[in-house]
Amino acid sequence: MQDIVCTFCGSVCDDGEYDLKKKSVKKFCKLGSSKFAEKERIKAPMIDGKEVSYEEAIDKAVEILVNAKRPLLYGWASTANEAIRLGVILAEKLGGVYDQCASVCHAPGTLATIEEGVPGGTLGSVKNRADVVVFWGSNPMEAHPRHGMRYSISAKGLLVKDRKQRKVIVVDVRPTKTAKIADIFIQIKPGYDYAIFSALRAIISGNADAVPSEVGGVAKEKLIELADIMKNAKYGAILYGLGVTQSRGRDRNVENAIKLVQLLNRTTRWIIWPMRGHYNVVGAGEVPAWEVGYQYAIDFSRGYPRFSPAEFSAVEVLKRRDCDAALIVASDPVAHFPRIAVQHLKRIPVIQIDPYPNMTTLVAKIVIPSAVYGIEAEGTAYRMDCIPLRLKKIIETNYWTDEKILEEMLRRVEKFKG
Amino acid sequence: MLWIKNGIVVDPKNKINLEKMDIFVKNGKIVPESEIKKGDCKVIDASGKLVVAGGVDMHAHIAGGKINTGRTMRPEEMRVVRNIAGKFRASVGRVLLTAPAIGYEYAKMGYTTSFEAATPPVSSLHTHEELDSIPMIDKAALPVFGNWHLVFKCIEEKNIEKLKALVAWAIERSKGFGVKVVNPGGVEAWMYGGNVKNLDDQVPGFGVTPREIITWLIRANEELGLPHSVHLHCNNLGVPGNYQTTIESIKLAKGFKNEKRQVLHVTHVQFNAYSGSSWRDFGSGAAEIAKLVNSMDNVTIDMGQPIFGHATAMTGDAPFQFTLHKLLGARWSNKDTEVETGAGIVPIGYLPNNPVHAVQWAIGLELGLLTESDKVALTTDYPNGGPFTEYPYIMAMLMSKKMREGELKKVHQYVQKATNLPSIDVEKTLYEVIHMTRSLPARILGLENKGHLGIGADADIAIYNLNPLETDFSNGFEKVYKAFKVAEFTIKGGEVIVRNGELLKEVYGRTFWVDARKKVDLEVVMQDVKNYFQYYSLQLSNYGVEERWLKKPERLEVV
Repeated sequence: MQDIVCTFCGSVCDDGEYDLKKKSVKKFCKLGSSKFAEKERIKAPMIDGKEVSYEEAIDKAVEILVNAKRPLLYGWASTANEAIRLGVILAEKLGGVYDQCASVCHAPGTLATIEEGVPGGTLGSVKNRADVVVFWGSNPMEAHPRHGMRYSISAKGLLVKDRKQRKVIVVDVRPTKTAKIADIFIQIKPGYDYAIFSALRAIISGNADAVPSEVGGVAKEKLIELADIMKNAKYGAILYGLGVTQSRGRDRNVENAIKLVQLLNRTTRWIIWPMRGHYNVVGAGEVPAWEVGYQYAIDFSRGYPRFSPAEFSAVEVLKRRDCDAALIVASDPVAHFPRIAVQHLKRIPVIQIDPYPNMTTLVAKIVIPSAVYGIEAEGTAYRMDCIPLRLKKIIETNYWTDEKILEEMLRRVEKFKG
Repeated sequence: MLWIKNGIVVDPKNKINLEKMDIFVKNGKIVPESEIKKGDCKVIDASGKLVVAGGVDMHAHIAGGKINTGRTMRPEEMRVVRNIAGKFRASVGRVLLTAPAIGYEYAKMGYTTSFEAATPPVSSLHTHEELDSIPMIDKAALPVFGNWHLVFKCIEEKNIEKLKALVAWAIERSKGFGVKVVNPGGVEAWMYGGNVKNLDDQVPGFGVTPREIITWLIRANEELGLPHSVHLHCNNLGVPGNYQTTIESIKLAKGFKNEKRQVLHVTHVQFNAYSGSSWRDFGSGAAEIAKLVNSMDNVTIDMGQPIFGHATAMTGDAPFQFTLHKLLGARWSNKDTEVETGAGIVPIGYLPNNPVHAVQWAIGLELGLLTESDKVALTTDYPNGGPFTEYPYIMAMLMSKKMREGELKKVHQYVQKATNLPSIDVEKTLYEVIHMTRSLPARILGLENKGHLGIGADADIAIYNLNPLETDFSNGFEKVYKAFKVAEFTIKGGEVIVRNGELLKEVYGRTFWVDARKKVDLEVVMQDVKNYFQYYSLQLSNYGVEERWLKKPERLEVV
């Protein structure tokens, strides 16, 4: 099959070739290929480690959820929009909390958007127009291996025809794999992103005098050189990663970067965009935004949605022991959350829906295996730049889809709640 | 089966004005009395009440990337709680609403159809996902064409067959309804930091001008015979003096003719009806535009009426949004979209004591009053001019000079000098206002079964607690406003979904899309499309929306 859509990272490459006999995929990177290779799966639905039918597992899960005072529904970045939508409605009906992976990842970018908006563009704009690309605290060569070739580094576009016509700059705290192939690498001291964005803004707005001889480990001359490149770009793009959102300053870093882009647009064209991780983490925020008004950290205990990241993001809820059951879909919080949060997950009944076993499986009371989107199930996902792509079903499976499992749960919950 | 008894009916399409009559409904359609068994009917006693078709909003931004970015950017908009979760979904929003809130609020007001006014073809799957999440109403989306490289290339080649094939292909792929054009050429110029300023400016990188883009797209649209005409957001939106560009653009319709409808619809004209050379001598060009539209028989407009209070500017007109961001110092989102189009989103508010805002408010009303009622539809360009939930305010204002006089006292007095509103005596009749909110938008869109109560029409009906025979519309404007705010009954496809402003039943409407593929040979353009797809960041085979992915699609085939 041609033009398979990859369901690994936020690049969501859509040009894979699937060999049905070999059960393998061509063209994708190592990360993508591994997703499409055969892997260990959760064999069957389980309650307390005992195999049961889907119906039994769902009945028990619903019993736990409707009897909980405030269930946490978390994950969602690696499933399709159809399932996410049902998850949001389920959280609403249950009076629970909806949160998704961005809250420990790119959510500071959402907070910055609330402050300043986000002057962005699609990856096709970068590919065709960007003569300067700055990877700031992001490392696509390792995290999004085909990003550079398809969209941002060596991509052949309309106005920027090849790698030679594009200046690639990496700003990072260490020489990454991407830094090695960049035209310019600027190594900064950890935690100084904010100061450097400020210095660039000062230089570009004609206030270079105010900038000290060195900022965040970077010499002023070097900053002036970078500012010049930025000003002289015809169309530039800052593609930022977790180095910006998860270091000192967080949302304030992104906000400052956006202000830099606002300033640059007064004389030329620049855009800024996050390098999102999971293949549908964008959908995990967009779907609740249209259903209930917010992207993440949403509490429904009052019957209407409330957004408060410091209270209702999953880690905070768990740290406060403020949920008494959890539904984890397509995610592995036990592997990624702080220990104090995981401790509470061990205390409460956890229901997991996932195609693959992971650390969270070990603490889950109920485990419901599901089909893999893009291989065994069809659905919609949003690439990191919000471009929607339809995930394909390539092979048959007996596993239920996340959508079907959640649909059944919702149906039963509606019956209970009347 | 439904029997609406003794209502006072206003149904402009069928020339019914204030007649006491019964309406019969069967299988979601309006039927003659002979087709129903009265004994089996649910009876609604509409004695002394106004019975009209469900409202049709022909231009609103209700679904897709723009409004959703607006929601994300403005959580402060979501603090207004409209409905607590229970039998119905939780619904929130001040002016920007969630998808469930959009459906609920339209229904409460007696509106049953709304069209999303702009979707980038490449993002239309997202737009449809949101449309599918809006309950209660029927809907559709208009894909944008005015800044698409492939469109420019067909026009450069002066190849109408190719352009027609491209339009038919793109509307099918996006499951869209018609041809939307936003600031033709200007958004492409924005990719270089610029804009276009007049109809004969050349678009950077292409041998085409806005004049050619508009004219060629009208020609393609008419030769295809699409239900709706070209739907144009003019160049120079939001710029003082822009009414002249609007007048020139409207004149491009001359020479085209369609028996059933206009050949050009110019949208949210308020934003494009400014005289003056700067914000200092800014004024109204509405009278000139209205005069021109009245003199032509193939152009329609909609108002784009600002409502004082909060709003969010969101358009495909990305360079305008950047200008607005600079002007207001407000938050700014931008979305350059592949080689197709762009968009921008900026929060705004309209303040009565701000001279510019007061003039904008007056211009919208001038357009509504001075343009013949058969040529101007009522819109706020939601959420650009404000909420659609204030349509009743506009309806009441159009019908009452006294109400306008009261409102004029509350706004900046610069309007006295800069607009004609204070001297306009026109009071539209109820019949005219019902036309402007029902039968006219339906006709403009080419929806034969919407906006009226004739036999065969969709049974989308609104009943208001207002006896039009006993109402003084000039003086009783407060009552009129209140009556239109909350429908006593909203009936969608024959089912009562709202009673006294309370939701009764949740239904999901259809999504209309237009299939004109039979009118063209797609092969004439597919090689160009294939070649040009090297500049996309996705595969051609993964571009577009299949009908089976949609909840309730309804294909309208053009033959």
